Amino acid sequence: MTIRLKVNGVEHELDVEPDAPLLWVIRDDIGLTGTKFGCGIAQCGACTVHVNGEAQRSCVTPVSSVEGMEITTIEGLGANGLTPVQQAWIEHQVPQCGYCQSGMIMAVSALLKANPHPTDDDLANAITNICRCGTYPRIRAAVRDLAKA
Amino acid sequence: MVATRRMVLFGGLGAAGALVVGYALWPNGRIARLDKLDAKPGEKFVANWIKIGQDDTVTIVVPHCDMGTGIYTALSQMAAEELDADWSKVRAEAAPADTDFANGAMIEGFALNGMQVPAMLKGLAANTFRFVAAEITIPGAGYAPQITGGSAAVRFTGVNAMRVAGAATREMLVKAAAARWDVPASECTTAHNKVLHTASGRSLGYGALAGDAASYSPSSNPPLKPKSQYTLVGKSIPRVDIPQKVNGTTDYGLDTKLPGMMYAAVRISPVFGGKLKAVSIGDVANRRGVHKIVKLDDAIIVVADRFWRARDGAATLHPVFDNASNGTVTSADITATRVRALNGDGLKSDLKTGSGEDALSQGKLVEATYHVPYLAHAAMEPVNATALYRADGTLEVWAGSQDGLSARNYCAEVAGLSLDKVTFHLRPLGGAFGRRLPGHYNFLEYAVKTAMAVPGTPVKLIFTREDDVQHDYYRPNVMSRFRAALDTKGMPVAWVNDYAGDEGANPEAHIVYGIPNQAIRAMQVKTHVPTGPWRSVEASWHGFFIESFVDELAHAAKADPVAYRLALLKDAPRHRAVLKTAAARAGWGQPLAPGKARGVAIFESFQTIVAHVVEITVSPDGTVKVDRVVSAVDCGNAVNPDGLKAQIEGGIIYGLSAALYGTITIDKGAVVQANFPDYEVIRIADCPQIDITIVESDAPLGGAGEPGVPPIAPAVVNAIFAATGRRIRELPVRLSNLSSSKKAASL
Repeated sequence: MTIRLKVNGVEHELDVEPDAPLLWVIRDDIGLTGTKFGCGIAQCGACTVHVNGEAQRSCVTPVSSVEGMEITTIEGLGANGLTPVQQAWIEHQVPQCGYCQSGMIMAVSALLKANPHPTDDDLANAITNICRCGTYPRIRAAVRDLAKA
Repeated sequence: MVATRRMVLFGGLGAAGALVVGYALWPNGRIARLDKLDAKPGEKFVANWIKIGQDDTVTIVVPHCDMGTGIYTALSQMAAEELDADWSKVRAEAAPADTDFANGAMIEGFALNGMQVPAMLKGLAANTFRFVAAEITIPGAGYAPQITGGSAAVRFTGVNAMRVAGAATREMLVKAAAARWDVPASECTTAHNKVLHTASGRSLGYGALAGDAASYSPSSNPPLKPKSQYTLVGKSIPRVDIPQKVNGTTDYGLDTKLPGMMYAAVRISPVFGGKLKAVSIGDVANRRGVHKIVKLDDAIIVVADRFWRARDGAATLHPVFDNASNGTVTSADITATRVRALNGDGLKSDLKTGSGEDALSQGKLVEATYHVPYLAHAAMEPVNATALYRADGTLEVWAGSQDGLSARNYCAEVAGLSLDKVTFHLRPLGGAFGRRLPGHYNFLEYAVKTAMAVPGTPVKLIFTREDDVQHDYYRPNVMSRFRAALDTKGMPVAWVNDYAGDEGANPEAHIVYGIPNQAIRAMQVKTHVPTGPWRSVEASWHGFFIESFVDELAHAAKADPVAYRLALLKDAPRHRAVLKTAAARAGWGQPLAPGKARGVAIFESFQTIVAHVVEITVSPDGTVKVDRVVSAVDCGNAVNPDGLKAQIEGGIIYGLSAALYGTITIDKGAVVQANFPDYEVIRIADCPQIDITIVESDAPLGGAGEPGVPPIAPAVVNAIFAATGRRIRELPVRLSNLSSSKKAASL
């Protein structure tokens, strides 16, 4: 069965099962590996992408459910240069191992689009992504800066 | 007998015109044996490489993995400092997993600093230097020549290798320039990648001198800069690895891409040590994309053209395992083994000072028993490896490991190949925390065995999160009992500590507090649960035990917990300074709102002293929220202060996840927890505000990655006691009912 996916503005015709997880199709069929596998059950957020501008956990997203939608991955987010979120991540030296940060940046970028001036509580309620290195204080500081902008 | 190393210049001028400076073990057993006979204490052996390109690029080749601790930056700072390199031209890269890049500086550090060899090197401890001499020619169990662990990269590789290599390289460049100008080397200086001759106004870039410099032998003891001249070390230079970590381009093991690559998913015996007896494959072999089903001793593996197809196929199989006698073991059984050990006569004396246990009669007895559970590492990148076994009998492996060379050696052993037939590509790690140290390579074993079953086809084997949680090497499960006698002023005159767990005696149980009579006894009680180092290793449990019990003593003495500790730290000025700094900055002693309380703990590990003061809120329903952590840290001097703070922040949060939520329990011989809902960790909503002060002491450099962990759990339970009067002696905290209702209080 052919599935049509639009990822970072590029159309892909893929011969995959309708219930194939978007995460693995992005990574292994399309070859964009910036989106990470962390838990497989939408708990950790390492696989977060944007679907029509909203954060979505791709590990539990069947590809058929996002056909024809605008899917953006970390590779597409900064395609025209680093975004303010990415710049803030460098400014605050957020990443440690970095593995969760693609998902973290995608989730925070979607939050800021919906709510450009989030409080600490807004951040805590919206971002449930897991980072095991413990970069949360720097994420909080970076988002405080971004919220002022 | 102390073995020594001969300094050698490797490679010389390479084909690319690069100066390759390196110190390494002489790759010749005969020379090593001669060196051993002619040993002098304190002689340096390092395995560092510095490459200088004709374009002036200085590349620091790092014999460690990048698992997020910032060491590629800190080690480059240390080398570039001594080299007077232009930081904008400095690059860092991982050393190849090759014997020529074995990192003797780590072993030297563990051996010469008078430290107990940490858990990951146990088995080598009997003769560390013999291990060093053997590391090239006698690979075997415990082979750890490129280890990243023990919070040791900066304090050992940086101090023993990077600084020396940088300074030696600088000397050689100066010699080359002096010869070209026909002036004394003493008239030459260096700055920003250039050798300068001020008298004649001449200068030459390092790139232009690299070829000539390579003809000299590096000095083994080049002069090092005094701290007052540092321009790079001690600065919070932005990390070199971060730009690639904000745009998704860091190439982790999971991201390996090879033409024709297949994917593999595992079904491992849920009970550790179980053997595959039979399996019902059903239709899995005929499913779309399924390429092969591989049966191993303790697992069955599905190879498919896509990971999700392999994973779904593996999940559908019905394997039956022979669990021997382990199939009924529960956590209660394991706890009972600890209780029996503490009450039995198998405890072995580890330390006795003064009149030891006899002194318990000299004062008021205080007694308490603590218990910590098994813990999984749960790094964000589930363990994985990609392997390609070729028809010509060679093997190539791509994976994250905390020791590339030992991983290569392990893969060779699994495949039954000689080392020269095996290539290992070390990838950046999406976290590790001890999970990927030598001796903990089940993911490599399965990947290599799978690749050998499909020759010519590269296979990426990925543990699901469930596999990762249920087939880890767990932080040991340890029970510790304390008895102390307090004199009429409430000060301890006797300290008796018995503990039992998966390991035997640990030096981390030895206390810094000045108590005249001490007795410490330990007993190893093994179970079928595999264990391994977990961020801060033995300090993770002894820090909790000791700092909880000292707090209990302070309360028994009706003393302030900070003042009580300070009184016991009369002979430990660095500890005193750290504790006072944290207490002052946290406003210790100042009133807090109702429901809030503070707790304190201080612990030294990996030569770094960390004190945490936590502020918590306990809700009427018993929920504990950690609001703020105020820390002070003394690691001697910070090479990169912001990097040090990041590591302490990380240690606090990693330790807090364990303290509040973490437990691995065993039922029917297998791990009960499987994924993040039942192995919960801190998220942003639970993350406290963190305030860290660095205390510079000029002591020998201590580690950064782990020392933030040990004091956080006791600081939290000490705060809970201050808030509620309830003393939590078993982790995690969430298992204790702290509700203020009567029913809860009677539990």
